Amino acid sequence: MKPGVLAFSVVAMLTNSLDVAVSERRAASSPKPVSDLVISIRALRKRYSDHEAVRGIDLEVRRGEIFAFLGPNGAGKTTTVEILEGFRQASDGQVEVLGANPWRAPSAWRERIGIVLQESEAEPGLTVRECLDLYAGYHHAPRQVDETLALVGLSEQADERATALSGGQRRRLDVALALIGDPELIFLDEPTTGFDPSARRAAWEVIAGLRDLGKTVFLTTHYMEEAERLADRIAIIAAGEIIEQGTPQTLGDRQLSGARITFAPPSGTAVGDLPAALAGRAEQELDGRIVLPSCTVAADLHALSGWALERGLELDDLEVRQPTLEDVYLNLTANDQPRS
Amino acid sequence: MGPIALLAHQVRYDVRASLRNPRARFFTFFFPIVLLVIFTGVFGHGNTTIDGAHVKLSRFYVPGILAMSIVVAAYANLVVSIAALRESGVLKRRRATPVPPALLIASQALSTLVIVAIMATILLVIGKVAYGVGMAPAAIAAIACTTVVGTLAFACIGYAVSGMIGSPDAAQPIVQATTLPLWFLSGVFIPTTNLSSTLRTVGSLFPVEHLAAGLQLASVSTSFSSAISVGDLLALAAWGLAAAAFAAWRFSWLPSTQCVRA
Repeated sequence: MKPGVLAFSVVAMLTNSLDVAVSERRAASSPKPVSDLVISIRALRKRYSDHEAVRGIDLEVRRGEIFAFLGPNGAGKTTTVEILEGFRQASDGQVEVLGANPWRAPSAWRERIGIVLQESEAEPGLTVRECLDLYAGYHHAPRQVDETLALVGLSEQADERATALSGGQRRRLDVALALIGDPELIFLDEPTTGFDPSARRAAWEVIAGLRDLGKTVFLTTHYMEEAERLADRIAIIAAGEIIEQGTPQTLGDRQLSGARITFAPPSGTAVGDLPAALAGRAEQELDGRIVLPSCTVAADLHALSGWALERGLELDDLEVRQPTLEDVYLNLTANDQPRS
Repeated sequence: MGPIALLAHQVRYDVRASLRNPRARFFTFFFPIVLLVIFTGVFGHGNTTIDGAHVKLSRFYVPGILAMSIVVAAYANLVVSIAALRESGVLKRRRATPVPPALLIASQALSTLVIVAIMATILLVIGKVAYGVGMAPAAIAAIACTTVVGTLAFACIGYAVSGMIGSPDAAQPIVQATTLPLWFLSGVFIPTTNLSSTLRTVGSLFPVEHLAAGLQLASVSTSFSSAISVGDLLALAAWGLAAAAFAAWRFSWLPSTQCVRA
């Protein structure tokens, strides 16, 4: 074996075992006793003068999980989060966050939550360390400033002006400011919107790190990949209603829905030439490729390749694809016109 | 931290942040000094009367410009910076922590007092050293009292006005429109004795005139009781209280794009 190949396979093995470890931890942590509810929402409604932004939603978030809250713009996402954070009053329904109604919660309740807002700039005039020192003073038992800076990867920027940081670094400072009071529950409102891919990955590491600290995370996002990567459970809101809830694996019955086999038809053949068992399901797309929805992928591929070999044909562009979370999401929210 | 320690903690950072703000540094420190130098340089040898006493115009301009720098520090800077802090979400993020909102407001008022105290000292020293405008200890004590009342009153007015402003872009023009005419009508740039009685009446409706008059009266007095203008202080306090009541009703921590107040 060449050294390069060896290195590659070692890396692959490590990555695989890491993935297994992550999914095992998720599996171990998912069934929690009901008493461990951190957030509980019953029949929540929020009416504004001109429309109803939230129309009777139910949600539960358990201790230690990363809960992703997805939805198009104007679906009621931010309104719901701001009710949970105590910035807005619910019109109707019950909301409990850490055992209290956020709208009436005392300031001691705020010791137990951390908030990363969708849009908030740095404290003007202060360095990164000064920002954290300032916010540490607001809490009875703050985390250590240096350790918190290390956690979000800002140790080297500690003495820079906060306003001089890059977008990604500023967001990490926001996370550090939310963490400095050592809260149990952290709200992250679209934490990586506008990030380049590498900054996004760095942010994901920080968020995954929150799980290791035992924090409960309520995450809103536009990015399916983000929810899939980070979340234990996902809820999708559209037009003020929860339209789907589940784990990244089961959302929208994704595990039950079939795969799609696509290929370019060999020249001189059409859908009708396929074996009868396949031809009934197959459809030709606008680009000429043939799409075959399949719940028995092995058997269908076997029939298809047998058919091609028999005729000495080649199957170009052959592809087998499970629906991604993005497909599920787009499918579920397709009928919802965002209100802007 | 107890409330007093927490207040001191917040004041320390608020003062540090405003001393590092180049716009505030220019308008609060540099600009009034330049105006003092120009006004006394151009008109300083002329005469005017303050409370019946004939004095050189330099004795009029030192407390006049002090009044202006109090208004700039406590009102103009506060309106502009609160509008920016609110729109950029900084106020909302602070509001999300356990710190009591009243403490944040008190800290902003106190840190403004610290800045004003620094500025008042600079102006009085320049007046004494460069223009020979000396003052009795009782007069300085009265100036300190009037300065504290004026600063707190204008900070309240700043909070009230910032509650009416939607976007930070509007803050600077509103500040200019509300202060510039008053420099002329309130005895800051021109003695009110030079104004028609109508303009004097208009000027006296607004708080800047009472702050300037109070400081100018102190600067020509030799005893504390004659240096304190009770009527002007009451007018300032009334403006401050009315503004505080308005601010309590109207002040918002959330950016204006979000339609509900919390």
